[in-house]
Amino acid sequence: MTSEPVLVVGGRSDIGLAIAHRFAAAGHAVQLAARNVTTLAVDKADIELRHGVAVTLCELDILATESLPGFVDQLAPLPAVAVCVVGLLGDQAAAETDLKAAALVMRSNYEGPALLTGLLANRFAKRGHGTIVGISSVAGDRGRARNYVYGSAKAGYTAFLSGLRNRLAKTPVHVMTVLPGFVRTRMTEGMALPPRLVAAPEDVAEAIFRGVAKRKDVLYTKPVWRLVMAVIRALPESVFKRTNL
Amino acid sequence: MLISGWGRYPLEECVLQQPRSETDLLALLGQGPLIARGNGRGYGDCAQNAACTVDMRRFNRMLTFDPATGCLAAEAGVLLSDVIASFLPRGWFPTVTPGTKYVTVGGMVAADVHGKNHHRDGSFGAFVDWLDVLGADGQVRRCSRDQNAELFAWTIGGMGLTGVILRAAFRLRRVESAWIRQTILPSPNLETAMRIFEDHAAASYSVAWIDCLAGGSALGRSIIALGEHAMAAELPAPSRTHPYDVPAKKKLRIPFDMPAVLMNSWTVRAFNAAYYHREAGKRGERLVDWDSYFYPLDALADWNRIYGRPGFLQFQCVLPLAGAHRGLTALLRVIAESGQGSFLAVLKRLGGGQGGAFSFPLEGYTLALDFPVSSRSLALMERLDEIVLAHGGRFYLAKDSRLSARTLRASDDRVAQLVEMRRGLAATSFRSSQSERLQL
Ligand SMILES: Cc1cc2nc3c(=O)[nH]c(=O)nc-3n(C[C@H](O)[C@H](O)[C@H](O)COP(=O)(O)OP(=O)(O)OC[C@H]3O[C@@H](n4cnc5c(N)ncnc54)[C@H](O)[C@@H]3O)c2cc1C
Ligand SMILES: NC(=O)c1ccc[n+]([C@@H]2O[C@H](COP(=O)([O-])OP(=O)(O)OC[C@H]3O[C@@H](n4cnc5c(N)ncnc54)[C@H](OP(=O)(O)O)[C@@H]3O)[C@@H](O)[C@H]2O)c1
Repeated sequence: MTSEPVLVVGGRSDIGLAIAHRFAAAGHAVQLAARNVTTLAVDKADIELRHGVAVTLCELDILATESLPGFVDQLAPLPAVAVCVVGLLGDQAAAETDLKAAALVMRSNYEGPALLTGLLANRFAKRGHGTIVGISSVAGDRGRARNYVYGSAKAGYTAFLSGLRNRLAKTPVHVMTVLPGFVRTRMTEGMALPPRLVAAPEDVAEAIFRGVAKRKDVLYTKPVWRLVMAVIRALPESVFKRTNL
Repeated sequence: MLISGWGRYPLEECVLQQPRSETDLLALLGQGPLIARGNGRGYGDCAQNAACTVDMRRFNRMLTFDPATGCLAAEAGVLLSDVIASFLPRGWFPTVTPGTKYVTVGGMVAADVHGKNHHRDGSFGAFVDWLDVLGADGQVRRCSRDQNAELFAWTIGGMGLTGVILRAAFRLRRVESAWIRQTILPSPNLETAMRIFEDHAAASYSVAWIDCLAGGSALGRSIIALGEHAMAAELPAPSRTHPYDVPAKKKLRIPFDMPAVLMNSWTVRAFNAAYYHREAGKRGERLVDWDSYFYPLDALADWNRIYGRPGFLQFQCVLPLAGAHRGLTALLRVIAESGQGSFLAVLKRLGGGQGGAFSFPLEGYTLALDFPVSSRSLALMERLDEIVLAHGGRFYLAKDSRLSARTLRASDDRVAQLVEMRRGLAATSFRSSQSERLQL
């Protein structure tokens, strides 16, 4: 591996920080982008101390569309790997009736991540190399009553990444879609999750680190989820619509 | 959630909180008594409270490091294993380390842990420059030997009862390699073992594995292991250029609770005898990597499951130098006769270094051993308590899960001062199952 910088967009999330640590441990400089990025000053110090790499912080609200090109321009240097971790689970019940709440979930999981990833991919293509990592979710594999607003936005992002990969397949730029199952983070705090299906943020980070090295296309960070989702996808709609998964 | 210490006894249904920030912590403080919990490597009930057990492991960031002094400032939930992983490759090692690296900085301060170098260097607290402690009034106080000195003194070794440690600054030491020059000295009995400790007071590290089931003339037979950090020049040629690299180790795991009957006096006696003779055969000096030397048990994940579902108790006391030989003899006799001793028994010479105001160590000999949980073990341990009291010794609260408030008071006249120091808000805010049992 080289030690070129890795950009983590959504640096305040547990998964994002774990990814930053994993790449830093391999000697990569880290660029953390997030809202209220100054709150990451302690994490910056921690990563620098533990791993002896440089960490830079950049403020970014991924929904401020007009600011995205400027954000990409000011990255110095342009990172070798860009990971987009941004997402918002939101409240499904609220999203069913409140248009604003639904729109926020849709934009945070699809519009913002897709626009930024697209911009970065163009820069990488122009430069001639780079890896895009987009964190989507198994929730995007089939819409379920429980979280379909979130799931549909993730499905959109999954499709976007798939198309981007298809477009860039003949270039050196690599696009990896990451589909985590349940992960113990701020997002799932307090939820009762089936222990066998839950991963720690560090496990996700390790899987992503290896996936990047092996140039994987689609990564289920916990392999059992590939099987679980294959079964869920295979259910005929007439059966599926009656389930409560 | 069911929570226990490393000995898996007592198991208690506790509300576990996992705050991410000081704001979260302050909110918890307003709700009633709580106790901070590190990585749960204390053996008994010191880090649990049914109403509110506060997992500190999300406060896990390293803050600053000064290579001029070796002073590392870190949040309380940082693991010692992470400190080593980051700093050993750069030539630094913890100045004091307990027998497992899976402890937090907060846990090391609160128990004022001692290591194999206690006879020379003192306990962890001696290398702490300052602490940030969240008090019962919601204030965070920086304390040190010069500033809020009383809070500093009582927090080191204070078992979480003075407040929640948020951050600590402590010293690492320079080492030239990741290797230890270990010298193995077998000793056929207690007297020789103690003489070896006294003769090797200058050794950086010393500790003995003691066969607590051997009786008669073999009472107290031991394997003493001395250690020195190896200089780079002392390493064989291939390691000399990479003095901080050691071969990667496989980690084994105890996958299930072993049937408790496996740990009986015959198996342990046979094991101990075989172990003594095998180790005695290794007499002399050799190079051992840091992990095998300091943390042999860490290679076996979840080793606390070997005692089966009921769990186990640890007994650790220290006897003042003067009566140590007589006291240890009495303890070992009772243990050997009972046939209840375990494989893991450790003898160590402690030095006179002054730790915190309520720290465990005192100049003398400390004996630590495990017993499976049973009414027989509990009865035996009460007999041991009496012997410790008769010889002016005291007990290590980080290992305790069954001592009585009366015995603790009889062993340690500092208890009254701790209770006095805690009078008021602290006493109602910071409580563990242990502090309640011991009426602290
Ligand atoms: C295999 C093994 C070997 C050991 N060897 C040694 C040894 O050689 N020498 C030795 O001294 N000890 C030894 N110990 C004991 C261990 O070092 C101590 O119990 C240590 O305190 C455990 O740290 P922890 O982070 O797991 O804390 P816990 O077990 O979670 O807590 C221990 C105590 O510290 C308090 N505490 C933890 N964090 C905080 C905080 N942030 N603020 C305030 N209070 C806090 C708790 O309230 C509790 O009273 C050993 C333990 C094991 C399992
Ligand atoms: N946890 C799971 O079980 C799970 C499962 C599958 C997929 N995922 C996905 O994994 C990713 C990480 O999630 P997580 O579990 O670590 O939860 P998280 O902490 O909620 O992470 C989401 C991150 O997205 C950031 N974000 C949201 N909107 C943003 C915006 N407009 N601009 C910039 N940043 C924004 C949040 O920033 P703030 O800190 O500023 O709010 C937060 O750091 C998400 O994409 C999530 O959908 C999680």
